[in-house]
Amino acid sequence: MSPINTHNTRTKQGTRLSERPEHSSSSPISVHAMTIAYHKKPVLWDVDYDAPSNKLIAIVGPNGAGKSTFIKACLGLVPKASGQVEFWGQPYRKARSRVGYVPQRESVDWDFPVSALDVVCMGRYRRIGWCMPVTRSHKQAALACLDQVGMRDYASRQISQLSGGQQQRVFLARALAQEADLYFMDEPFAGVDAATERAIVAVLRQLKEQGKTVIVVHHDLQTVTEYFDEVILLNMRIVAAGPVSEVFNKDNLQKTYGGRLTLLSEAAEAVARTASGIPEK
Amino acid sequence: MRLSTLTLLQPSQTGGASSIADVTDDWPSMAQIIDTLTFQAGHNTTMVISGTTLLGLAAGIIGVFALLRKRSLMTDALSHATLPGIALAFLFAASFGLNAKSLPVLLAGATITGVLGVLCIQGILRFSRLREDAAIGIVLSVFFGAGIVGMSYIQANAASRSGGLNHFIYGQAATMQPPDVILMGIIAGLAMLATLLFLKEFSLVCFNDAFAKVDGWPVSVIDLVMMALVVLVTVAGLQAVGLILVVALLIIPPVAARFWTERLWLLVLIAGLIGAASGYLGSSVSALFPRKPAGAVIVLTAGAIFAISMLLAPARGVIAIIIRRTNLRLKVGGDHLLEHAHELHQTTISRDELRRVAKLRGWTPPFRFMIMLSLRIEGMLKSAAQRGVELTDAGIERGARVSRNHALWEQYLVSYADIAPSHVDWSVDLVEHVLSDELVHELEDRLRSRGVTLPDRKGVAS
Repeated sequence: MSPINTHNTRTKQGTRLSERPEHSSSSPISVHAMTIAYHKKPVLWDVDYDAPSNKLIAIVGPNGAGKSTFIKACLGLVPKASGQVEFWGQPYRKARSRVGYVPQRESVDWDFPVSALDVVCMGRYRRIGWCMPVTRSHKQAALACLDQVGMRDYASRQISQLSGGQQQRVFLARALAQEADLYFMDEPFAGVDAATERAIVAVLRQLKEQGKTVIVVHHDLQTVTEYFDEVILLNMRIVAAGPVSEVFNKDNLQKTYGGRLTLLSEAAEAVARTASGIPEK
Repeated sequence: MRLSTLTLLQPSQTGGASSIADVTDDWPSMAQIIDTLTFQAGHNTTMVISGTTLLGLAAGIIGVFALLRKRSLMTDALSHATLPGIALAFLFAASFGLNAKSLPVLLAGATITGVLGVLCIQGILRFSRLREDAAIGIVLSVFFGAGIVGMSYIQANAASRSGGLNHFIYGQAATMQPPDVILMGIIAGLAMLATLLFLKEFSLVCFNDAFAKVDGWPVSVIDLVMMALVVLVTVAGLQAVGLILVVALLIIPPVAARFWTERLWLLVLIAGLIGAASGYLGSSVSALFPRKPAGAVIVLTAGAIFAISMLLAPARGVIAIIIRRTNLRLKVGGDHLLEHAHELHQTTISRDELRRVAKLRGWTPPFRFMIMLSLRIEGMLKSAAQRGVELTDAGIERGARVSRNHALWEQYLVSYADIAPSHVDWSVDLVEHVLSDELVHELEDRLRSRGVTLPDRKGVAS
């Protein structure tokens, strides 16, 4: 498979992406011409991407490159300024039950009055449905997920009493409980201990064996080759995407991290200034 | 000379007193107290007590979700924003010749501007870069100001018919009638029913709204249901405790309950009970001492329960935390002393030696005394005539173990560590004293796997 490069084709809104030649309905996620802006300041420009099925995919790039924004936009958590996203050729609404999500650990208040098992059970709520209680079989399923990340012994522990790495594993277990086909993980390796890192890697491999696709925001360039099949090099746009062996090279990394895409970020600043009418910074 | 607000609150019962210093309370008799607490002190008192108890129950339950969703302060803006609605509803009804003091009309007005206030906060947050605290401050004060202007207009123009409107500011539980009590009962029932049905959904949205949204839950609808329940309780509480204090009933019971439990359903239960107890005790006290306004006394009762919870709760209470910290400091002090003896290959510690260690470690004489006492109680030390203290076998073993852990830890710090945040809220150089056997084994394994020579286990029981 050849690396997918960004292209600047414009589509009419409303056409199905899967009907376009550059996108495919067998792809777990297709992103077309997606642009995201925070407070009128563009953070992602014109992103085009088709994820290959059954791969472990890393998103890497410098701070502020829009890595988290990319997955949040795919999941509809931040509004898109333009562009389209489809999952297996369908809008997110219809594919939701096949998508799992691990948010950043810092995004929640861990001093919440629930146990580790309670959090993992939240991954089952979609199956349980409105107003129905969490039954024993769902608790068993949640326990099995905790077991998978090596946290079964901590099931009844209040979540603030877990270490950062253990909290991360609880989040991972909750995503496993969702029993999805495509997973998005936002910085699961950030600030975790060695045991947690091993547990997460083991889970990623299991997921791949089960035929699933995982997209991971990753910050550690050292481990990309070891842990992942595919990589997306991101810095406000997709610099390169494709198999690690093909695109994860010095040249592309230089383009992503070095060289500071000065023109692009200056343009973004200029757009922000014009749009809000106030001089910034 | 009397304060005008007091006159507003209790105009009928203040006739005799001419100075605030003359106001004295007669202590109620035991019979009166028992009658009041068992709903036998007359129809009116019974109505007030049952109404405020039910209100406290509902507010405690609903307040849990406002607290967990970090919306407690928004509730304060909501309650203050009800005042202009009350004034407008009065003027509106009066101009159409309706009964301007009809409670449903006034409460409908209160609801409308209250919700409008919350929407204003959301709007400010969305369309500006202001933070939530600033937005709440603006809306709260501006709406309340508008309400005060409305009230003074009414007093100037329709003074004869406006008596009682001020009760919505400070609350007047004494005016509660059977329909009000039934209303409180319905609201409390609704709060319990909603919690029973939606505990799962509420907790999901409160804990992690982004996950809930990705998982397909209509987060804004669930938020709306929670907010609607808060509005309902706030508006219902206006009459009894007033708009300034009603927020206390939503905030205090849940935070007090949080000290006692780590389980959500228990938190809801305890918060409801604390709210109900505050309403019950507060209005009973207010009934027994007629000059005490019920709303304020209810809030003070809740405040007292909060103070007790914060001090005495077994795991999260201040006293429990102080005891744990002190125990830890004593343990560390003892460790240092035994380790010191181990490193000098001594089994006795002379008085001079002890003084030297105390100076080095910065122990005050009372703290040194407590360390020695706790070591004796634990059987680590025994008295040795003339020469200070002598280490027991257990003491010798502990000294050797601490010394070895110290060495292990130093070696491990070359690599990096990840320990539960709840275990490292004291300084890092204390780590060696809190290592569990399990952690020591893990340390040994890791160091061994890196080819580090482990310190010998001489004198350390395995």
